[in-house]
Amino acid sequence: MSLIEVKNLKVEFETADGIVSAVNNVNFSIDEGKILAIVGESGSGKSQTVFGMTGLLDHNGRATGSVKFEGEEILNLSNQKLNQIRAEKISMIFQDPMTSLNPYVRVSEQMTEVLIYHKNVSKSDALKQSISMLDAVRIPDANNRIRMYPHEFSGGMRQRVMIAMSLLCRPKLLIADEPTTALDVTVQAQIMKLLTDLQKDFGMSIILITHDLGVVAGSSDDMLVMYGGEIMEIGKTENIFSTPTHPYTQGLMSAVPRLDDSEERLITIPGNPPNMMKAPEGCPFSPRCNFAIDTCSSKSAALLKVNDNDHLRACHVAKELIS
Amino acid sequence: MSNQTILEVKNLKVSFDVASEGDMPWTKAKKLQAVNNISFSLNAGETLGVVGESGCGKSTLARAIVKMVPAESGEVVWLGQDLLELSNSETRPYRKQIQMIFQDPLASLNPRMNIGEIIAEPLRTHYPKTPESDVQARVSDVMDKVGLHDNLMNRYPHEFSGGQCQRIGIARALILKPKLVICDEPVSALDVSIQAQVVNLLMDLQEEMDLALIFIAHDLSVVKHISTKIMVLYLGNMVELANSDDIYKSPSHPYTQALISAVPIPDPSVEKNKDLILIEGDLPSPINPPSGCVFRTRCQKAQEVCANEMPEFKSKGQDHSVACHFHD
Repeated sequence: MSLIEVKNLKVEFETADGIVSAVNNVNFSIDEGKILAIVGESGSGKSQTVFGMTGLLDHNGRATGSVKFEGEEILNLSNQKLNQIRAEKISMIFQDPMTSLNPYVRVSEQMTEVLIYHKNVSKSDALKQSISMLDAVRIPDANNRIRMYPHEFSGGMRQRVMIAMSLLCRPKLLIADEPTTALDVTVQAQIMKLLTDLQKDFGMSIILITHDLGVVAGSSDDMLVMYGGEIMEIGKTENIFSTPTHPYTQGLMSAVPRLDDSEERLITIPGNPPNMMKAPEGCPFSPRCNFAIDTCSSKSAALLKVNDNDHLRACHVAKELIS
Repeated sequence: MSNQTILEVKNLKVSFDVASEGDMPWTKAKKLQAVNNISFSLNAGETLGVVGESGCGKSTLARAIVKMVPAESGEVVWLGQDLLELSNSETRPYRKQIQMIFQDPLASLNPRMNIGEIIAEPLRTHYPKTPESDVQARVSDVMDKVGLHDNLMNRYPHEFSGGQCQRIGIARALILKPKLVICDEPVSALDVSIQAQVVNLLMDLQEEMDLALIFIAHDLSVVKHISTKIMVLYLGNMVELANSDDIYKSPSHPYTQALISAVPIPDPSVEKNKDLILIEGDLPSPINPPSGCVFRTRCQKAQEVCANEMPEFKSKGQDHSVACHFHD
């Protein structure tokens, strides 16, 4: 059984200029112990998808559809119930660790608070568990460093603290929203290694949101490509990288320079990402697509099977025609 | 492409005085060596890529070359003339030959000027006597070059997307027909599909105008794609300088090796099976750098000599130089 199942998820925001739909009919599921990567450019709706799932939308946002976690519907539950699920079963880490940690409070207090509130353990036990969790994320000298304030840690260390904090209640699902974007490559490599190691140790699932195809290639089992609030392609990471069947996925892959390759010129996707205030009709990618036909700009494409390997794509043009 | 050397930087040093927390007003400020002994030369039409982690002095180096921060010592020789010796007013004629592009495309454009004014500003500053019709013609010409339609001239920066703003920044840098453009993280803030457009644009313009580029970025794949040679910096020091293919195929310095292995490759079959050289720990504080070789605290090959002696930056042949006692 899948751990989480998202069906027809829609996220809309009510703004002064009318309703903006940021996420449109998103369907996917994650099995236990798997890593799903959500890839897309800024504004593609990748963060809003998970915010919608976990009830973290801004006050003017509204999510509809269905999100089943361990078989139970969690979409639009009361805050009280969601708060319980969000710490104990689903936890989240964000791009900028400094803005997610309270700068006025010692790390020890921020960590033990989680355990005391959710697991009802004593203060000294909570401290012990927190220290061993900091050890698990390989923070040297955790015994003393736990008493420090967030600003006394470096960027990479702060992200480790965030990871430790999110794992305290042993969640089943960790949502990592661009966890390494603010970090240097060498530190990024450390953090991604740590995350995949911990994922195996704790047997949890991860939703990894990123725009970096390299990170996706290195750590995810499945991937989902989003554009303009819709899923363009979804499938096993290996399959999508070896045979991308959507024009946008293909464009994305050829637009990234590879360190182990020397091409003369990069192949670019013409135009700009869509403005979601006035999203294009039909397939959101159609205005930039080289293969677009008449139907593309009038009807949105359904997510259909490419082959038997759970590989789905949303495109009107036959896959043989695009390559 | 001519092989004339246009820029030669010799032993450039930049330092800042910093007061640390809890210092008394009379405490002597500590010295932060941001750029230490950097030397390189650049030919017309060439691209030098500068890579390194944040805080390694990439941007300070760029700013010191155009005298936006004062250098402590060293020389910046531009076509035979040391720019550091000149006074500000004497430097002015050289400024039109060296232009800069910045990381945050929106922040580097004045929000209250329309883009026609923004792009024309360098021209009006350096050639105040240019007739208005010529200015307009030059602006629309350069906008055309960077792929912007000239009917956008009266719009304001906030009306443009990030990629377009970066094109405006490039147009502003090119209107004076410079010989060298220093690009400080020009594509880091852009989405991948837009990043490729800007990288291609820079390479096309370089060919067309025989520009030399200094391309600063932390993304090694982009730098390797655009550069003829690459300099790797660590804590203000040069650790390796070589042709871009050499540096990828045979990195000699342990730091370069780790840096290259850390760059994720968008291909699961390669990425999931590669040998990752992880470097432990974080960048040491530049206020209190390690003795000897600056990288030794995180280096797997470090031995006693590394702590005592700073390795010399020397050539290992074929335009490949490295600063390590035990390089491969």
